[in-house]
Amino acid sequence: MLIFLARRALLAMLVTLTVLTVSFMLTRLTGDLAIAIAGPQASQADVEIIRKAYGLDRPLLVQFVNWVTDAATGDLGRSFFYQEDVTKLISARLPVTLTLGLTGLSIAILTAIPLGIIAAMREGTLLDRGIMTIAVIGQAMPSFWLGLTLVIIFGLKLQWFPISGVETWQGFVLPGIVLAFSAIPALMRLTRSGMVDALASDYIRTARAKGLSRAAIVLKHALRNAAMPVVAISAVQLGFMLSGSIVIETVFSLHGVGYLGWEAIGKNDFPVVQSVVLFLATVFVVLTLLADLMNAALDPRLRTQ
Amino acid sequence: MSAALLEVEGLRVGFGNGTQAVRGISLSVARGETHCLVGESGCGKSVTSLAVMNLLARGAVRTAEGIRFEGREIAGLSEREMGKLRGDAMAMIFQEPMTSLNPAYTVGSQMAEVYVRHRGGSKAAALDRAAHLLGRVGITAPGMRLAQYPHQLSGGLRQRVMIAMALMCDPKLLIADEPTTALDVTVQAQILRLLQELQHELGLAILLITHDLGIVARMAHRVSVMYAGRVVESGPAAELFGRPTHPYTHGLLACVPVPGKIARGEPLGSIPGTVPKIGPGYSGCAFRERCSQAMPACGAGDVPGREAGPEHRYECHLGADWTARLAAEAAA
Ligand SMILES: Nc1ncnc2c1ncn2[C@@H]1O[C@H](COP(=O)(O)OP(=O)(O)OP(=O)(O)O)[C@@H](O)[C@H]1O
Ligand SMILES: [Mg+2]
Repeated sequence: MLIFLARRALLAMLVTLTVLTVSFMLTRLTGDLAIAIAGPQASQADVEIIRKAYGLDRPLLVQFVNWVTDAATGDLGRSFFYQEDVTKLISARLPVTLTLGLTGLSIAILTAIPLGIIAAMREGTLLDRGIMTIAVIGQAMPSFWLGLTLVIIFGLKLQWFPISGVETWQGFVLPGIVLAFSAIPALMRLTRSGMVDALASDYIRTARAKGLSRAAIVLKHALRNAAMPVVAISAVQLGFMLSGSIVIETVFSLHGVGYLGWEAIGKNDFPVVQSVVLFLATVFVVLTLLADLMNAALDPRLRTQ
Repeated sequence: MSAALLEVEGLRVGFGNGTQAVRGISLSVARGETHCLVGESGCGKSVTSLAVMNLLARGAVRTAEGIRFEGREIAGLSEREMGKLRGDAMAMIFQEPMTSLNPAYTVGSQMAEVYVRHRGGSKAAALDRAAHLLGRVGITAPGMRLAQYPHQLSGGLRQRVMIAMALMCDPKLLIADEPTTALDVTVQAQILRLLQELQHELGLAILLITHDLGIVARMAHRVSVMYAGRVVESGPAAELFGRPTHPYTHGLLACVPVPGKIARGEPLGSIPGTVPKIGPGYSGCAFRERCSQAMPACGAGDVPGREAGPEHRYECHLGADWTARLAAEAAA
């Protein structure tokens, strides 16, 4: 168990390092950053001053090592545009993004798992096929389109929810739904297939032979086993959601980390861009680790080896 | 004869793929009696036992003229009503000990669950009973085993846990499908002794499915021989062993090496061929292709049921005295 975790943690660190490298390279490859930062009106002298000020005149390797060591100590540099520490900028916007992600995940889980269970229990029936068709349609729907549609119907026409901002909790509802839609199909399929397997298993026959109630058979004995892959994928889906929040936060003008990143791209604010990428990647890695831990908690075969 | 605890009449089971696994069989198990169901692999023993408990896989179609338990018709009961009987008055041990326990829960929690469900009371009391029963099926350190998960147990231990779990609520009827296959002989003997003790103490009725004719000889009061979904011969154990009448029963008994009766190096008896797959519209005797006594009449139509002795029935065109006749002809 400890070896298993150590191996996962090592892997996570390697992934993070790779992402650091890639995000660093990407921002450097898009052209001369000093010119981009200085803007079109700047003179050659201005550009040189900027190049010096941001350390862009140093060799790439030195810049990279500096960026990695600083990042490791929590210093992500200063934003060119806001003239503020990137760490501060991100942490100020973190609550919005996290709330959005967790709202999305909760909606996704609360929809996908019951529907997956129902589909599995009615395997092969019209109801099952109906639910799975909706899943396919959901998967094919682009989230910006769904977002705009929901805004038009529930925000503008019915005026049930605000169309932008998160001054009240209602502001999270529509973006949460849109975000959830990206995760529902995968979670639902996984729940369904896990439940179909579980319900056909010998231990479910044993549970029936013991005369247990239907609820105990389905929820205690089958779902517990079907839940293991679902939990793992949920954590990964939350990662996808947080990265997908760039689109959603833009559509709904929520000032979260995704919005910050999107603005920074437009403004060539490269310390912010590479930090947001790093942040999202780290979230991903942490969530994957968390999924492993939760799986170990759920599956005695992993726990007691 | 007292009314049987379990009476099955005209039971049929078909599967979606056209397989007719059980084709109109009847059997009964009386209180305090062991009824052994024997026959080679694939002849429908497990399907029969699952059909009685109404635990067949999806896609199976079960019909019956009657399935009575304690005189009550249970063929038409809802899943909910059956649930009140299952695990309580009628318990089952499955043929698959490796996969029949839930991997996510401890042995103790799975054993206690069935007791709490039917008898109520605290989980602690149920665990006490579970520990007691684990001891009775010969598991040492039951307390430790209760806290373990199925993957930590060997096949033999899992099988014994399944047996102990089936006994949690003192069932009136125990359906045991090859309950001792994963066990070594000493443990097997201990389990069989335990079942016999429970039979004496509580009048437990057992429907025992086994390949092992040694176990049959030791345990059975009554035997039913199944072949391709039919009970081809049934009767009191002594009767059936003393006067096997169906050619298939003959073949089965000839497969068992009896020390002293068989000379060293002599080939063991075996029945050539395999059990045919029976689809819809099959007619005639299913054993005819493997039968040394087959005649034209066996090819089509129903096989007549005959009496070979008191409560001793078989299904064959041959008269009960065919072996004697054969011996006489050979002598002449
Ligand atoms: N779920 C199922 N779907 C289709 N056919 C099945 C199913 N279960 C059993 N059968 C078929 O029913 C027949 C009887 O099977 P059954 O398991 O009752 O045999 P058995 O007598 O218990 O054999 P064994 O001694 O190997 O356990 C077999 O031909 C088998 O292939
Ligand atoms: Mg079987």
